Amino acid sequence: MNRRSTIPFGPQHPVLPEPIQLHLVMENEKIIQALPAVGYIHRGLEKIAEKKDYIQDVYLAERICGICSFIHSQNYCQGIEELMKVTVPDRAKYLRVIWAETHRIHSHLLILGLLADAFGFENLFMRLWKVREQILDIMEKTTGNRVILGVCAIGGVKRDITPELADYVLRQLESVEKQLPELCDSLLKDYSVKQRLIGVGVLPKDKAHELGAVGPVARASGLRMDLRERGYAAYGDLDFKMVTEEAGDCYARTTVRVKELYTSLELVRKAIQRMPQGPIAVPVKGTPPADEVLARIEQPRGELNFYIRGNGTRNLERFRVRTPTFANLPALLHQLTGCELADVPVIAICIDPCISCTER
Amino acid sequence: MLENVSVITLDQIAAEVWLLKQDGYRFVTMTCCDEGEVHDVLYHFDKNYALKHLRVKVRKGEPLPSISGIYFAALLVENEMKDLLGVTVNGMLIDFQGHFMLAEGAPKAPLNKSIPGIGIQVQVKTPAAAEGTVKS
Repeated sequence: MNRRSTIPFGPQHPVLPEPIQLHLVMENEKIIQALPAVGYIHRGLEKIAEKKDYIQDVYLAERICGICSFIHSQNYCQGIEELMKVTVPDRAKYLRVIWAETHRIHSHLLILGLLADAFGFENLFMRLWKVREQILDIMEKTTGNRVILGVCAIGGVKRDITPELADYVLRQLESVEKQLPELCDSLLKDYSVKQRLIGVGVLPKDKAHELGAVGPVARASGLRMDLRERGYAAYGDLDFKMVTEEAGDCYARTTVRVKELYTSLELVRKAIQRMPQGPIAVPVKGTPPADEVLARIEQPRGELNFYIRGNGTRNLERFRVRTPTFANLPALLHQLTGCELADVPVIAICIDPCISCTER
Repeated sequence: MLENVSVITLDQIAAEVWLLKQDGYRFVTMTCCDEGEVHDVLYHFDKNYALKHLRVKVRKGEPLPSISGIYFAALLVENEMKDLLGVTVNGMLIDFQGHFMLAEGAPKAPLNKSIPGIGIQVQVKTPAAAEGTVKS
């Protein structure tokens, strides 16, 4: 019988951007069981949300995650708007798409860079993050902030994009798009990179569905699942096309993210071109009724759920957050079982783990 | 406005969830709300973007049967409910013993409204502070 040993992978590990521990039960170099240990950055945000005013919770929701912050506040606002039957002006819906998709681009570039770093391609990591800076510049120029934008509000948005700013955004996007092919070729066509990604961490389609995988992890396994297809905000008017792959391995997940970069660039461009004139917000009065809603949105990592229950006062009765990384943890455990220890960093990074969202 | 909600009893959970799985539903998540005497537990499922919810009321202290044997993905959220709301879940495939989300020494069940003293206005004292060995 082979000797078994347990290796604690994390919480502090060079490849992990945030702390999570994976208990890996090993037989020689092979993992036979993996268990997650979380809680290192649990902040009790759901409890704080009950103590705050429902309008203050917009800012709280935005701070659940430091990468896809705008999308959190957008989902919260959409949930409260559904609860309070608020109709958002069309222009605000387009502006929300523009900022949500720029967030998706910067998030995907961030994780692709970290993936390059995980398999030792530091030059590619730095070049991807250099391009990401241009996306952050767009956010800074249009909202005044680089990551926590603070522009989403219940009833619309707080800032408009002027025609001059729209021209600036389009120029930046053009510059980003020119730089992408060379970087994406390095990710998808390089021999060494393919050796590290193809056939690693395979998640079959039926298993992805059974384990509740979401986002690029699910789509890379062939599941057609992207909430943007439902047409929330202005997506219904932007001819959104979902990206899927079939192989279900780390290479497929990387391919999905690379292709989604182009999809998001196109969505921002179309949103700017088709954005109607008009108000950017409506005034909201009253308090959330004693009712409940499950707000859903497509985050860069997948489906994000907010359960919001009002009680007729300015405080919420319950605010529960289910993030995509939380949903992808069972799929990660499945991928790790049976793999080699050397592949763990790449597999872990390929689900795009966001632990601060997961633990809240 | 949650639509498509079925109210069930504790002994119906396993059968209802099994039927949904056979019907091709994906497990989305579970939500637990403290309603004073009872916990209001919601199971959320999705099929082709259409949501279906199961609602069950559990008296505090009464065990809730785990569905992790049917949907493995429910395991983590059941452990989280145990940690944060103090719900007793029976039959979980892996039981983190109340330390999935919370560290040792952390306040017990911080989202359970029957346990007073936990909240952002309340300072949670360490045992040393309570004994007067720590001077403020």
